[in-house]
Amino acid sequence: MNKIKESPALTSNDFQNFVKFMAKRFLRSIIVILGIITIVFILFRILPGDPARDLVGKFPTAERLAAVREIWGLDKPVWDQYIIFMQKLIFEFDIGMSYDTSTPVLHELGLRFPATIELALVSMILAIMVGIPIGIISAYKQHTRTDYLAMILALVGVSMPIYWLGLMLQGVFARDLGWFIGTGRIEPVLSSELNLYAFHTNFYLIDSFVMGIVEGNWLFFISTVENLILPGIALATIPMAVIARMMRSSMIEEMGKDYVRTARSKGLRERLVVLKHVAKNALIPTITVIGLNFGALLGGAVLTETIFSWPGVGKYIWLSITQRDTPVIMGFVMIVAIIFVFANMITDVIYAYLDPRVRYYERD
Amino acid sequence: MNNLTDSDPEKDNGPVEIKQNVDHDSVQSDLETVSEATTWWIILRRFRKNQVALLGLGFLGFFAFLAILSYLDTILTLIFGQGIFPYGPNEIFANGASSFEPPSLEHIFGTDNVGRDIFIRIIYGARISMTVGFLAVLVSLSAGTFLGLIAGYYGGVIDSIISMILEMLLAFPSILLALAILAIFGSSLTNAMIAVGIVYIPYYARIVRGQVFVERELMYVESAKVLGAKTPRILLKHILPNVFGVLIIYTSLGIGTAILEVAALSFLGLGALPPTAEWGSMIADGRYYWLSGPHLVFFPGIAILLAVLSFNLVGDGLREALDPRFKR
Repeated sequence: MNKIKESPALTSNDFQNFVKFMAKRFLRSIIVILGIITIVFILFRILPGDPARDLVGKFPTAERLAAVREIWGLDKPVWDQYIIFMQKLIFEFDIGMSYDTSTPVLHELGLRFPATIELALVSMILAIMVGIPIGIISAYKQHTRTDYLAMILALVGVSMPIYWLGLMLQGVFARDLGWFIGTGRIEPVLSSELNLYAFHTNFYLIDSFVMGIVEGNWLFFISTVENLILPGIALATIPMAVIARMMRSSMIEEMGKDYVRTARSKGLRERLVVLKHVAKNALIPTITVIGLNFGALLGGAVLTETIFSWPGVGKYIWLSITQRDTPVIMGFVMIVAIIFVFANMITDVIYAYLDPRVRYYERD
Repeated sequence: MNNLTDSDPEKDNGPVEIKQNVDHDSVQSDLETVSEATTWWIILRRFRKNQVALLGLGFLGFFAFLAILSYLDTILTLIFGQGIFPYGPNEIFANGASSFEPPSLEHIFGTDNVGRDIFIRIIYGARISMTVGFLAVLVSLSAGTFLGLIAGYYGGVIDSIISMILEMLLAFPSILLALAILAIFGSSLTNAMIAVGIVYIPYYARIVRGQVFVERELMYVESAKVLGAKTPRILLKHILPNVFGVLIIYTSLGIGTAILEVAALSFLGLGALPPTAEWGSMIADGRYYWLSGPHLVFFPGIAILLAVLSFNLVGDGLREALDPRFKR
């Protein structure tokens, strides 16, 4: 572990190992993704009900139903249906129409993903910025009151229903104190103007920031940031607690190692030992936890977005479930699972890059 | 506790007469129970020293007590027409109560939008959450243990297939998979419970599989094989008891998670349906009345928080007691 600093400078043999590891990991991810798509196909297609009815949209006529059956091969054996399903997904990115709006599911989801990603990223950054220092301090002050308090708070954080925390925050800070609006991504008056602005990515932070720089009008950016605070805190609670706990335990494990004693006996300042040596190595296992929690954040978004009327995929999927909009649910579950698999893969690759031993363990 | 089952060649040559008419199997199981009892005693002693975990256990007992109380209340109401509590969980405007009454002596947690007593509803919610949490974990625990034992013991192709399926299931964020299952099978408390149970199967299966990998290489499994024990016997009587400790930790943590998730599904309107007194759906009912009465949301949330926290505290305490390396 104490060689971490040198690991980026890989020898050619090391590099080969690394590439091999990455290739293997990528292949495994692809297989898992194919499996996920298959599971989703089985769940939604083979179970009772008329899949044509699900795929056609809101106004089924006999001709349209027949056309859908023809396109998706629904009168053919299941195996052929599966092949058509896969072909359409891979080559045309087509998973059907939304039952409710009769527009392609991926289009509907694409419209709403930026809002969710923005919220999830802000929450994750918040969770990391608070969770890691808490973990470090808690480990360094092990057995003290600070440590106990931090860890009990972390445990409360994991045990808390986040929708309840969201409602409490919204109630106290938006309804009672009136500090925030408490719903939506931006003040309603500003939203249409921002959406019509020439520079449009649908990531409000970026859009309004560009607007601020170009037009000198920072009102939009401030409003966006304000609206992110409450849902951001609510969504960040669980990963924050998980990161703090993980950071603490891996710090404690690292602090017992020989190199720490060596560093101390060299006369290095305690601050330097803890931050530069121990914390740096303790970060590696924590990164895995961060990666794993990103998928959970996308799931948690369903609850947070419902409460804060956040126009992202989470709220949309909840509406789709209540309206039984099957293709949308199917598409969303599939996409999030794929994102999750890739996030895990990237985490593993970063881990292997930082800790060369992993690559050797994986060889067999 | 494993080394006790290993036979010691020197001792075998000792008092042969005594051993001759003793059933070999019962001697072995005697040794096992003695060693296991001692181990559990040590674990219990370590656990007792952990005050935070004891606090968790206390809360857990309290919630279990509430659950039992609500069962008693239901039974007494059925028989005598009058239970322990002055109001029923779904009694509207009971005894002239009005809507949104703030907490008072008569209604400890106040009343909700239709004048139901929130305290009584929370007690009844304890019974739903505890039962549902236990049953959901039972689903994941039994299926997960079965898959894990099979995968870990046989290894090879069987393991590869099971592991791959588990990895695919793990790729879905937990609440989303539950949502998808509910979207297909329709929403109800039972389905929510089963959905959460299914979602957590891979976690238990992975833990068991990992443990079995370690255990099956140990001497005692080898000896059991040599003695002619059949595979199911080895798995159930020899390997499973040794995996038990780890499983008990995750069962405790798992019940907490299951309570949290089922409540979340009910909050979304996909689990318990109104007017059931379930904590998650109570929060959902109260969310539109913040200005009239924040207590509609506050108390059920605290109930969920404390129930889940107590299971987590006990789980953490057990982990520390079973594996002193985790000790603070």
